Amino acid sequence: MRMRTVELSVGIFMLLGVIAMVLMALRVSGLTHSAQGETYTLKARFENLAGLNERAKVSMSGVTIGRVTRITLDPEWYAAVVEMEISTQKMRTLSRDSSAAILTAGLLGEKYIGLTVGAEDEYLTDGDWIEDTQSGIVLEELIGRFLFNSAGQ
Amino acid sequence: MIRFVQRVGQHGVQTLTSLGRATVFFARSLLWGGPGSAGFGEFIKQIHALGVRSLSIVIVAGFFVGMVLALQGYSILVSFGSEAALGTMVALTLLRELGPVLTALLFAGRAGSALTAEIGLMKATDQLSAMEMMGVDPLKRVITPRLWAGIVAMPILAALFSVVGIWGGAFVAVDMIGIDDGAYWGNMQAAVVFYDDVIKGLIKSLVFGVVVTWIAVYQGFDAVPTAEGIGKSTTQTVVLSSLAVLGLDFVLTAAMLGGL
Repeated sequence: MRMRTVELSVGIFMLLGVIAMVLMALRVSGLTHSAQGETYTLKARFENLAGLNERAKVSMSGVTIGRVTRITLDPEWYAAVVEMEISTQKMRTLSRDSSAAILTAGLLGEKYIGLTVGAEDEYLTDGDWIEDTQSGIVLEELIGRFLFNSAGQ
Repeated sequence: MIRFVQRVGQHGVQTLTSLGRATVFFARSLLWGGPGSAGFGEFIKQIHALGVRSLSIVIVAGFFVGMVLALQGYSILVSFGSEAALGTMVALTLLRELGPVLTALLFAGRAGSALTAEIGLMKATDQLSAMEMMGVDPLKRVITPRLWAGIVAMPILAALFSVVGIWGGAFVAVDMIGIDDGAYWGNMQAAVVFYDDVIKGLIKSLVFGVVVTWIAVYQGFDAVPTAEGIGKSTTQTVVLSSLAVLGLDFVLTAAMLGGL
């Protein structure tokens, strides 16, 4: 009987360990997005990412509809290629002339991609490119341009 | 003067010899016997003694550390207007540093000292030599299951510490201070990377588990078999393993942040 209680408590201890691991994986580090229904992949070229990371949000009107999955450099265009997964359930019908911009949450917050819908009737499908893109704002360039302009006056 | 040099030299040689003996001891008890070398029941019993019995102190400590982190973090972050980053701060601090390190220190105090005293007393009451006389290897019978149990128990305790701490932080941040629930968890999930933060934290706690348990069983096994000697060894266990944990933590953090 005594040995049984010891075994039981060790079993509970181990189970707690597994639960802690699962909680850390799902709730704390948010490993859930890949298991969340069907998605399709879109690609876009940006001149400058200005600090966009993999796993950054893709949003439309402020609602998250996907995540950035991969960032590579296109050696022919000398531009960054961003692949993003869009949840089919949340946004099935993105028109072909939709545009993507790299935006900042707050003044110095994290970067994310904001999509703005277009007017065409044809829709983007898996693997399509978003042609109309707008790079992230690099604060140093902005300040540099401002200084240059004010020096010329 | 010459005597002083002699003393220093003698002390150095003694320390080195002791280190060598400890290494041989570790290799012999860990590598030459799996966790079940003294029967699986013994292993389970030791996990109970080292892990389950440390559960209450680890959980209570984790909860309070999480709550204090949230309070302190809030008072700093609010002056930058970025209290939405509180969840990120609490989670990263716990997963990367405080979880493994504080659990290891608590583990050294709670389980390590008990291990040393138990083994030291076994030695003082000639139980270990009796085993040897009967042809039972005391390393395999006594040390190996305890060593393995400590190595298994430590990462679990550290993981629980972090999880409980993050929930303790959420309790203070969301329920008491009134930070938005979505901001606390959402920013945390955006910032915490599973491999870089969670897994590396667990690797740390695994290393600490090995070191703390090793020091504890070796100190017990090597204790002078008197009441005074056992007391001294128990103190040594807590002091040495705390220092080892803090020193190793620096080395591991440097290696991990350096991209190793």
